[in-house]
This record gives sequence, C-alpha cells and structure tokens, in this order.
Amino acid sequence: MSAYLTKRISYMVIILLAASLLIFCLYALTPGDFISSNIKLSPERKAELREIYGLNKPLLERYGIWMKNALHGDFGFSLAQQKPVLTLFNEYIWNSFLLAAVSTFFTWLIAVIIGVVSAYKQYSWFDTLVMVLIFAAMSLPSFFIGLFLIKICAVDLKWLPPGGMLTTGSNATGLAYVKEVIHHMTLPVVVMTLLGVGSLTRYFRSNMIDVIKQDYIRTARAKGLKENKVLFRHALRNALLPAITLVGFELPSLFGGSLIIEKIFNWPGIGQLYIQSFGLRDYPLLMGFTMLLAVLTVIGTLLSDILYHIADPRVRLH
Amino acid sequence: MKDLIQINHLSTHFHTENGTVKAVNDVSFRVREGETVCIVGESGCGKSVTAMSIMGLVEEPGGKVVDGQIHFEGRDLLKLSKNELRSLRGNEISMIFQEPMSSLNPVLKIGQQIMEPLLVHQKLSKKEARKRAIELIEKVGISRAEQIADSYPHELSGGMLQRIMIAIAISGNPKLLIADEPTTALDVTIQAQILDILRQFKEQNNMSIMLITHDLGVVAEMADYVIVMYAGKIVEEGEVVQLFQSPKHPYTQGLLKSKPIINQRTDELYSIPGQVPNPLELTESCYFHDRCQHCMDICRTKQPVLKEVGEQQKAACWLYEEALVHA
Amino acid sequence: MSLNSTPLPEAVGAKNAPAKSSSLFKQSMRRLMKNKLAVSGLVVVVIMFLACFVGPFFSPYTDNKVNMALMNKPPSLKHWLGTDALGRDVLTRVLQAGRISLTVGLASMVLSVFIGSLLGAIAGYYRGIVDQIIMRIADLLLTIPGLPLLFIFGALLSDWKVPTEYRMYIVMLMLGLVNWPGLARMVRGQMLSLREREFMQAAVVLGLRDRRKLFNHLLPNIIPLLIVIATLNIGGSILSESALSFFGLGVMAPTPTWGNMIDAANNLIDFQEHPWLWVPPGFSIFATVIAINIFGDGLRDVLDPKQKR
Repeated sequence: MSAYLTKRISYMVIILLAASLLIFCLYALTPGDFISSNIKLSPERKAELREIYGLNKPLLERYGIWMKNALHGDFGFSLAQQKPVLTLFNEYIWNSFLLAAVSTFFTWLIAVIIGVVSAYKQYSWFDTLVMVLIFAAMSLPSFFIGLFLIKICAVDLKWLPPGGMLTTGSNATGLAYVKEVIHHMTLPVVVMTLLGVGSLTRYFRSNMIDVIKQDYIRTARAKGLKENKVLFRHALRNALLPAITLVGFELPSLFGGSLIIEKIFNWPGIGQLYIQSFGLRDYPLLMGFTMLLAVLTVIGTLLSDILYHIADPRVRLH
Repeated sequence: MKDLIQINHLSTHFHTENGTVKAVNDVSFRVREGETVCIVGESGCGKSVTAMSIMGLVEEPGGKVVDGQIHFEGRDLLKLSKNELRSLRGNEISMIFQEPMSSLNPVLKIGQQIMEPLLVHQKLSKKEARKRAIELIEKVGISRAEQIADSYPHELSGGMLQRIMIAIAISGNPKLLIADEPTTALDVTIQAQILDILRQFKEQNNMSIMLITHDLGVVAEMADYVIVMYAGKIVEEGEVVQLFQSPKHPYTQGLLKSKPIINQRTDELYSIPGQVPNPLELTESCYFHDRCQHCMDICRTKQPVLKEVGEQQKAACWLYEEALVHA
Repeated sequence: MSLNSTPLPEAVGAKNAPAKSSSLFKQSMRRLMKNKLAVSGLVVVVIMFLACFVGPFFSPYTDNKVNMALMNKPPSLKHWLGTDALGRDVLTRVLQAGRISLTVGLASMVLSVFIGSLLGAIAGYYRGIVDQIIMRIADLLLTIPGLPLLFIFGALLSDWKVPTEYRMYIVMLMLGLVNWPGLARMVRGQMLSLREREFMQAAVVLGLRDRRKLFNHLLPNIIPLLIVIATLNIGGSILSESALSFFGLGVMAPTPTWGNMIDAANNLIDFQEHPWLWVPPGFSIFATVIAINIFGDGLRDVLDPKQKR
C-alpha cells in the first residue's frame, strides 16, 4: 500500500506541475491585463506598475517566480482587491462550501432513497416516472433553471429572495442571521440539488439493480428477513460501496464553488469571485483559483482510491 | 412416515420477451418426515425453480407460480401471506445454494450473517444470538469458531463457506432443508464432508432434505427417493435402489448409462444424443421424443402421464402404456 | 456470448459478416422500437430538427426586419411567442437559433468522438509508450477544470476579433477539444478488454496485420459503445454551448443561439417583464436535451446490453 501511495503521489505532483505550467501559459495568452484595462492610469504610471508587478519579464521567468512563491504557499496579491489571493480565497470559499455541502447532502439523501426504491420496483410505473425525472434533471441547463426559478419564486410569487446571501443593509446577528442565510440559500440549494440528483440517482439505481440480482440477496431472503432489511442492510451496503469513490470526486465541487449558480444567485462565493476577477483580468487570482481546482481534482481522485481500499473488506487485505 | 410437504400440480412460468417458459409444468411429489428426496436432471430442467417456488422466492417480474398447491404441515404455502411465508423461511424451511462463495454477503461478517435468522425467528438477544452462532459454527465442524465469526466471507474457502451456509440453514432446526446443488462448486474431498454433515443433521433432528443435483453419485449416497425431471416435468420417480437397478424411462436409463463406473472402462463414455428442447418451442408431445431411441409415433403427438410402472416406481413414457395395452 | 461460441467466422472476416451485422442491426432496431420511452425521445428530436431546419421557411417573419412598432409585444395570435426589443418574431428567432445550437452540438460531438475514439483506440491497441503519452495528456486536460478553460478560450476569441459568423465554428472546436479526454479513456478501456477476448486472439494466431486487426476487428466492436456515447454527447454539447453563449463567450448576437437568447435575462427589465424573450429558448434546450438523453439511453439498452442503465 505505501509503495503504491508513493507512486501515486509522485505522479500527482508531476501532473500538477504540468498543469500549473499549462494554466500559467493559458492565462499569459489571455488578452488584456488588469493594468491596461484601467483607463484612469496615465501611460507612465502603467509602465511603472508593470515594472513593479514584474509583467515585463519573459514568460518562463514569470512562471518560475510564480511557481516558487506558490510552493512557499504564496499565490500572490490580487491586483483588483489589493489583498493576498489566499486571504481572499479564505473569505469566499466557505460561502461556496456552505452551498455545496448542503446541496450535496440533499443530493445524496434523495438519490439513495429514490435509487433504492426505484431499483426494487424495477419496471413499475414508479420506476418509469423516476427514470423520466432523472433524465429531466440531467437535461436542465443550469443557468436557465436558476433564472426560471428566480422569476417564479422570487419575482412573481415573492416567496424567496432573488439572490445574495443577506438582505442588503441587514445587520442581523445570531439566530436571525442564520435564518436570513437559510432563507437566501434555499433557491440556490434547490437548483444545485436538482442539477446533481439525476445522475446520482441513476447511478444508485443501476448499482442496486446489479446488487439485487446477487446470490447473497437470495440468501438473505431465504433466511426469512424482512424485505426492508434485505434492501437496506444487505443490498444498500453493497451498492454504496462503489459510491464511496464518488466522495473524492465531489471534492472540487465542494470547495471550488459553482461559477454558474453563484453568478446567477449573486452568491458571494469563490466562483462569483472568479467571474468578477475574469472581467478585470486579475491574473494572480485567476491562476490561483484554477490551480486550486486542479489540486482539488487530483487530491479527490487519490482520496477516492484510498477510500475504496478502506471501505471494501475484500480489497482491504491486500 | 408422515408426509411433511406435498406438492400438487405445481406450475411456475416465466414470461419473457419471446414467450412464456413453463419452467415447472404440472409437477407433483411429496417429501416425508426424515426422508431425503433427490431431484435429478440437466440444468434448466426446472429443479431449482421448483425449490424457489416452495420458498416463495421465484424472481419477479416475469416469474410466477401459476397453479398448484404446496401443502406443508396442513397449510398451503401458496395461500399464505407474505409475512406468514417469511416466518417459515429460514426457520421451518431453509435452503442452501450452489455457490457458497457468492451466497454470503461480502460486506458483513460471518457471525452477523448467522445471527440474523436467530434474531428474527427465535427472537434471541444479540448476545444470545452470538453465542448460538458460535455453537453453530462449531457444530458444522469448524474450529476457532470465535475467530471465524469475526471474519469476512472472502477470508474463508468455499468448503468452509458452505458449512457456514449449512449453519445458517439449520439454525432454526428446520423440518425441511432444500439443498440446491450444494456440492457442485466444491472439490471432491470437500463434497464428501459436506454431504456427511447434511446426513448427520438429518439423522439428529429427523429433518427432511430435498436435494437438487445432477450428480448421480450424490444421489446414490444420499437419496431415499429419487425424482427425475426433464424440461419442467417429472419423467420418472421411485425408491432409490429400485430406480438405480431398473430405470424405466429412456431418459433415466441414459443418465445412468452416461455415468462412468469404476473398473468398467469403455472406449467411449455414453452421452444422450441431442439437446434439451427449447422451452419456448414445446408442443404437445413427449418432450424427450427427439432424443429417444425408442421414439414411436404417439410420442410425437401426445404427452405421456406419470403412471405406476413397478413397486414404488412411476414413469411417464408411452413404452409402458403400450406394454400394459399389449399385456 | 455469441462471440465466444463462434470465434472463427468473426476472426476470419468471412464474407457473410456484413449480412450478419445488418441483421444484428435490424434486430437491435426492432428492440429499440419496442421501447416506448426511447421512441418518444426520438420523435421529439426529429420534430425539433425539422422545426428548426425546415420551420423557418414557413414563417412570415424570417427577414429579421426591425420593426419598432412591434417592440416587446407579449405572445399573441400573430406572434405566438411575442416579439423582441427590435420587433422581431421570437418563435422564428428560437427556430433559427435552434439551427445554430443543434449544429454546434452535432459538430462538436463529431469532433470529440472522432478525436477521443481515435486516440483512445490507438492507446488501447498499441499500449506501451504511445498509450502513456496519450493518456498522460488526457489526465492533464482532465485535471484542469473545463469551465475556466472555456472562459479563457472565449476571451481569446473576443480578443482575436473573430468575426461573429466564424465564432460558431471555433466554439465547436473548443467544445470538441475539451470533451475528448473522458471519451478517449472509455474507448481505451474497452479496447484493452477486447484485446484479451478470444476472437482477437484468433486474429493474432491467424497472423493478421496490425492495421487490419485494429480497423476490421476491434473498431467494429466498439461502434455500439461509440454510437451511445455520441448520442449522449450531443446533449452535453448543447448544454455547454448554451452556457458559454449565455456568458457571452460563445456564439454572439446577431447570430442567435438558444444560449445567447437567454442572455436577455441579464437585463433586469426583460428578465422581469418580458419572460417570453428568454423562457422559450430555455425550454427548447431542455426539451431537446432530455429527448436526446432518453433516446440515447434506449440505444444503450439495445446496443450495449453489458452497460445497464
């Protein structure tokens, strides 16, 4: 196991290094920068600033500097916000996490329950309905369904606020604050759950269908166990096992925010920050964000592998 | 001996895309108390479906018991509610399967899996159930029972797992044990041990066994009474010695002939010519007719019924009808 | 199963192979037609294509003439889905936009399936160093998140001042390039398992040449998988294109696509007061993608029974 881990981790590092170079070059290719897009500055001041930020140096040298600092845990300074990139991340990432964690929880809960029931009643009308709904959820254009629900629930019916995390000018504290946040996050959570629940339900359903056909399920029934025990104790455990690998793959979406949803609901998360910064060409932040996602993706993949080894008693031995 | 279970005119059909398969087609037999009945036949002849019909575990959708009665101690199992049937399963009627490796849940410990029926049927406490589970493991001849109870199925061999399956099956002191090819997946030496254990429990508890197999060696060793099935129907049945000595149905004769006998080497092993008919294309006829050496005109157009052909022996074959007519 | 029992005719590439495969195809289609859900998906897809590509010819409003008298009128008998800020008929615009969206979806699917299956097949077939290089590149691309990548490409497009009528081709290219790695992985996996199958070993024993093996025996076996992936991929591409155009990074006005029509919702007044401007294209995307997905799933059931839904 440890030899395997060493190999995996060194491969991870190489991939990340390659990714960082690619990311850096891509952003270097991207036209415009923060300084030239600022019309308030005089040409002399612009040249001065370029000098200060080292934007005049050759590409590879700039990459070297960026990488060196990054390895020391310094992702640079946001030009637009005049704060270190990591500080900004820390300010915004937890808002993204809140949204993602709550919707991930509901997504899994709904997917497991519906997937199990639907698999158990395979080919029933309930199952067919579930299949159609699954496809519907998988076919939703995320930005459109977000806008549509805002229009219905917020603009027309005025049930929920259209966006943001707090009412403008609110200084609620304690329980009132919590209530306000919950009120504001309901719609984005509903949309994110809706977007994720389709494929996950389908995944659980097909896993369960495979498991239900197994010999040990027949054994469990032959023992005279109640059907819900057969389903939830014997079948679900086995169906959940491969799903554990998915936990790792959720990592980027848990901490990486959602560009589309956060923009549409004006949620102060890291995805929203990225979109703002993209308009301003705030490169240190953009590169930091993209790198963060790459790191999360790679770690998530590794995590999935490790979790699978821990979870499955058959694999655990070796 | 009293009848323990009586199966009358049982029919189980499977509805598939291409038509209806009559997997069990009007089958009747009985198992008496303390008796071992062997059901013999090629794969796909309906022996396993018969067992699953008794257990009430025919796979839906598609599969369904369409006709017949299964009388077990005065009750018709087919008329019981799901809950009543469930309280019999794993308790008064239990079952072991062909593949011990895949018949136990890979993510639950052995001990937990033995305890389950004890908790459900005997209403034992967890502690008592664990104690009893360990006793059961010892009873099926496995040492280090404590340790085994805490291991996972993949850590044990096939033979060990089949013993565990037996331990689970006998935990409720069942009156009937259905064993569906219990030794097919095992090594020959292990086979003998498993059969020994089954015989031992049968004698201790006056348990009846319904043993499904295609291995005539197992039949010879275990059976009191033999039932031969072909394409969903019983073609011959009888007391074991009688049947082995003078098989009446050409199919049974073929089966016995195809079994190699020690010290009697022949140049070529006998095998019954032809193949099992497609279950979707069965017509009114003796289903064995196109493989039968003695096929007559009537065999192609009319189905023979099961008739007494000797003492404690029945066969469904026109040959013996003819004989009766001519005599 | 049938492959195992009849390895030889398959391996020798017997002359009756085409006949056999066509009957297999017919068989599959017959089974597909029994799946009501899949058939209704197909019907919706066909209707959508016909409406978008043929429909506008029957519309009296195809000239896109600006008519200030008809600005932002709600749906009426004359204009079923109302008119937009320039007095153009929204229904006609939606259908014209559909042409672009469907074309982009199809084209980027063809591109990514082509690149993905070719590279995946080569990697899986030759293994060794070729495999290493291809799969490492795929890994790398999979590590970099897709949407930021598309953002960068989109910004590049704007900067290069790509004329709007060519932007749609570049968007196809972009989507195709972003989508291939996952596909290549899948095809490679399939190839690796096929290599080990008996009929392939029979081909080795017969001493068939590499190219022959690859193109005559391996690729035909992954075609069912490819058809299924390709179908489902169209839906995904339509969704990506619409998101990109919605952010103003894909195809831009005046070329209408479903995505950039929804862009109207970014204007607060249109969003609140004129929903007929942006709701119809949204539902068009939804209806098309769901129909494609349902049909694709039906296809998978028929063509690739190993992969259950």
